[in-house]
Amino acid sequence: MNRINLTLQSLREKRRKALVTYIVSGDPSPGATVAAMHALVDAGADIIELGVPFSDPMAEGPVIQRGHERALAQGASLRKTLAYVSEFRARDANTPVVLMGYANPVERMGYKHFAQLAKEAGVDGLLTVDLPLEEGGELDTCLQEAGLENIFLVAPTTSSARIKDICEAARGFVYCVSFKGVTGADRLDVEAIAENLAGVKSVAKTPVLVGFGIKDAASAKQIGKLSDGVVVGSALVNAMAQNSGNLDAIIHALASIIQPMRHALDELVEISL
Amino acid sequence: MNKKVSDSQIDYSAFPDERGHFGAYGGRFVSETLIYALDELKDMYTRLKNDASFQAEIDQDLAHYVGRPSPIYFAERLSQKLGGAKIALKREDLNHTGAHKVNNTIGQALLAKHSGKTRIIAETGAGQHGVASATVAARLGLECVVYMGAEDVQRQALNVYRMKLLGATVVPVESGSRTLKDAMNEAMRDWVTNVDNTFYIIGTVAGPHPYPQLVRDFNAVVGREARRQCLEQFGKLPEALVACVGGGSNAIGLFHPFLNDHDVRMYGVEAGGDGVETGRHAAPLNDGVPGVLHGNRTYLMEDEDGQIIETHSISAGLDYPGVGPEHSWLKDIGRVQYVAANDDEAMHAFRELTQVEGIMPALESSHAVAHAIKLAPTMRRDDIILVNLSGRGDKDILTVAKIDGIEI
Repeated sequence: MNRINLTLQSLREKRRKALVTYIVSGDPSPGATVAAMHALVDAGADIIELGVPFSDPMAEGPVIQRGHERALAQGASLRKTLAYVSEFRARDANTPVVLMGYANPVERMGYKHFAQLAKEAGVDGLLTVDLPLEEGGELDTCLQEAGLENIFLVAPTTSSARIKDICEAARGFVYCVSFKGVTGADRLDVEAIAENLAGVKSVAKTPVLVGFGIKDAASAKQIGKLSDGVVVGSALVNAMAQNSGNLDAIIHALASIIQPMRHALDELVEISL
Repeated sequence: MNKKVSDSQIDYSAFPDERGHFGAYGGRFVSETLIYALDELKDMYTRLKNDASFQAEIDQDLAHYVGRPSPIYFAERLSQKLGGAKIALKREDLNHTGAHKVNNTIGQALLAKHSGKTRIIAETGAGQHGVASATVAARLGLECVVYMGAEDVQRQALNVYRMKLLGATVVPVESGSRTLKDAMNEAMRDWVTNVDNTFYIIGTVAGPHPYPQLVRDFNAVVGREARRQCLEQFGKLPEALVACVGGGSNAIGLFHPFLNDHDVRMYGVEAGGDGVETGRHAAPLNDGVPGVLHGNRTYLMEDEDGQIIETHSISAGLDYPGVGPEHSWLKDIGRVQYVAANDDEAMHAFRELTQVEGIMPALESSHAVAHAIKLAPTMRRDDIILVNLSGRGDKDILTVAKIDGIEI
């Protein structure tokens, strides 16, 4: 069984919420990525989402855009991202790693080739922001053959018929976008999310996680209450950028964001028990 | 990729297919939030496209606001000087706002009006599409925000001020390479955020379905007129069509109504910059590979890792690493030949047309003129080359002066 499913299943059994953490591969410096991945796990992350830098990250807000730019300026690439995952796997055999990025670098490498290399490196799933269901068939086949999960986004604007189709195709988990906007924006509307989530959860066969706009313990708890877990990204990318050049400081900064979120999510277990 | 097939059986009007594909190209590569807005736009366009009153509304605006039909002018002195085929110019430079861009913004603004959305956004490179969008927004009383690369804001100060005079807000984009492609990224980000009240007017035949189709349809008035005018003025269709290709909206507008005229040869002219062989250019159809950017699959300028690379052209309007998906398809099936004219050739053509015919072309259109200058001497004297003179050169005077070492 894929590490994503194992992890989410085990969380579900313990009635715990998933904490997914996003950082950009190669940002703020090539040496930071693997150390940061371990630090995130140590601080309580359940799944690592590694952003694959792209020259035109259309769905990202300013914080993550800068992360992509910093990484690319230092030679980051999909190949190097896969190398980081291999390096991470040498010490961590269990934490799922999902790559999140844009279609073109994967397309340039070739879908089949990518899927093989990703599997070998120890990747568990892929989320391609600009590859909606209709265009993703060929890549999906290649991912399935390699035993990789295909993570899809559901947006607040997605029709209920489409939500059904997406949930049908989704493997691993469904990533529910909390609002209309780019990553890192400050527009969280809990009531609206609750309404959207109800529709998604009623048809989802996998856990449903929520991302965009979740930045601290309070927002994690609010959204964690409604979903199977949350994704945090911009807050981490920002913290890493501000401590650029000092790996210890980066690790400390990540822990100081993740630990309170972990606690807040774990408090929800007690409530539900 | 470049397999030539007989095109005689292709019904060009049947493309794109239902999901926006031109062969392997086009489609919809956007984040999930925008799918709904694209579906909504597609449904509305499908409904209005064949609606007589909507078409009448467009025709009325094109006649009385834009000043259509634009004439076809026989460039007799230039033709004589070159000693070959007759060069004729489709005078899109005479349109209101000075380029073909307004054909599209008139159409999309009417779609915006019918959609009930109150806010228009647009991306712009040289500023022509920004000006054309700000113009129609002013006329319809809609809020208009134009995204423009910070580099381009500096290079095209005149157009920035024009947009501001028209009441638009111009937002300089500081991300990435700070040019047109980044402006398009930023417009997409705005759209995803304000999708409820905002209509995105894309300026070229690229982007997610249905944009390549509807921008083509709105610009196809150029080719429909030209076809009729050629028959009237010359008693026959031209032997060759020539148009510059950045995103490719003026080219597809001219070409599309002629695609089933199998004896009409077509040349799309990309920006060769310092020369295609130098790698410093904006010619993805000459020297790129298929990939995915800005919502569609098409030929792109990218590196081995699939990162989009910087482009180089004297003409800001052609300085774009992608191209409309229909052009990618027309290249692969061999219906259109895609060539390049470099900066020097375009500058030479700019001066020739200005001095021999008294018509100052936009630097974009100068690329098309440059190819016609190469082509004419290789053809017979009774052959006709129709060049799409897609815009006028007033906006480029400062650029040209700089090349001449003159400060204005």
